[in-house]
Amino acid sequence: MTDQPSFPMLIDLTDQPIDVAAVLHAAESDEAGAVNAFIGTVRNRSEGRRVVRLHYEAYPPMALHQLRRVAEMALEKWPMLRQVAVSHRHGTLEIGDVAVVVAVSTPHRADSFAACEYIIDTLKEVVPIWKKEEYEDGTVWVAAHP
Amino acid sequence: MDLTVSLFGIAREIVGQSSLTLTAPAGQSAAGLLAELRTAYPALASLRSLAVAVNNEYAAADVELHERDEIALIPPVSGG
Repeated sequence: MTDQPSFPMLIDLTDQPIDVAAVLHAAESDEAGAVNAFIGTVRNRSEGRRVVRLHYEAYPPMALHQLRRVAEMALEKWPMLRQVAVSHRHGTLEIGDVAVVVAVSTPHRADSFAACEYIIDTLKEVVPIWKKEEYEDGTVWVAAHP
Repeated sequence: MDLTVSLFGIAREIVGQSSLTLTAPAGQSAAGLLAELRTAYPALASLRSLAVAVNNEYAAADVELHERDEIALIPPVSGG
C-alpha cells in the first residue's frame, strides 16, 4: 500500500491560513464543466453559547492518510471526478476563519454537488482531527461525550 | 512487549500526557488495549466512542498489536 494518490488530488493539512483560491484552482480541469466547493468557517455560536475561538488538533500522518482514503472512496463512487482538492487547517482559529475547504470538479454539476457533500460528510466521520470550542467561561471538546 | 500509544484531543487531556508506553502481553489485541486503558483511566469509558489506530488505519477489535506499530487512541473526531 502506498499513500501516493491514484489520480490528481491536493490533500493538505496546514497550521497556516488556507488559501481558498488556490484550493479552488487546484480543483479546476479542462474536462470539467463544474467546480463545486464547500468552505467550512468558524461560527460564533454553538448550542446557544458564544464561541470565542476554536482549537483544532490533528494527528497529521493519519489525517493525511485518511483524507486520501476519503478522496479515493469518492472517486470509486463518482468515477467522473476530474480533481479533488482538500485543505484542512489546525491550530487556533478565530471567528470567521476558514477551517476546511473541499473542492471537486466533474463534467456536469449534479455529480460535483454529490461528491463534494460526500467528502465533507465522510471527512467529519473518519479523519482524526479534533475541535475544542472555547467559550468565555470554559472549553469543550466537540462531540466527545454522548 | 512494550507498546507506545499516541494520545490526542480529549484522550490526551484525560491521560494527562501525549503518549503512553505500556507493557502488554504478546498478541495483545486492539480491544484488549482499550479495555486496559479504560480500566486505568475510567474517564475514557465515558466518551461517545474510542478507537485504536494502527499504522494510520482504524484497527478492528481483534487486530494484534506489535511492538513497532504506530498505535494511537482516537476519541470521537470532530474535524470539518
